[in-house]
Amino acid sequence: MANPTKIIIDCSTGVESIIELTDAEVAELAYQAELAAEKKAEEEAQAEAAAIAKAALLEKLGITADEAKLLLA
Amino acid sequence: MANTFELISSTVVGSGGAASIDFTSIPSTYTDLAVALSLRTNNDPDGGSYGICAISINGSTANLTQRRLQGSGSAASSFSFSNAQFPVDGSANTASTFANGSVYFPNYAGSANKSFSIDNVMEQNGTTTYMALIAGLWSQTAAINQLTFSAVSGLFVQYSSAYLYGIKNS
Repeated sequence: MANPTKIIIDCSTGVESIIELTDAEVAELAYQAELAAEKKAEEEAQAEAAAIAKAALLEKLGITADEAKLLLA
Repeated sequence: MANTFELISSTVVGSGGAASIDFTSIPSTYTDLAVALSLRTNNDPDGGSYGICAISINGSTANLTQRRLQGSGSAASSFSFSNAQFPVDGSANTASTFANGSVYFPNYAGSANKSFSIDNVMEQNGTTTYMALIAGLWSQTAAINQLTFSAVSGLFVQYSSAYLYGIKNS
């Protein structure tokens, strides 16, 4: 199976080339995908932690989210 | 204040898709660079809810950092990463929609480290879609002569596009 292609535009000539990725470039893309997956997991963990902290604070204050919005309006 | 935009090069992805869009031999005759992007990938890393575009400068993803302010439609968050990646539409998003973004490099040919900004929004017919405002830094003093935009997973789909502009302050 052929590797994916990339588009290269030489700005000095305006020539556009479509070239098949090398195996090394495919491996680099796979590595970048792993990093991105780790980053996305970190983002989701941060969002979940923030939601939990918010819920805990609302419970501690004894008010609802809507009431908190009203206070901050 | 930059007052002239000149199209240096552009491309629109063809029917086979493309893993990356690579502008090479960028002339150093402008003051700033701006890139207008319309991107969609055919995959979502880790089965997530969006695709990701990664920027390489002069052929490398090293020495890149970012501070990101991001909104999802229901929550705001901020992040710091050692890369220049940002969310774009992926296969999980509404069909035939594309992320719309711009990347700006002031003083790209100067001798100081290069700051840049990314202003990007996804398009989605749904309750969750991401917009990101990114302050980026390339901690290198060389002039920028190559910019590469890569789909972190999968390919940029047909009709994705990138337009590279040079800007002069006179």
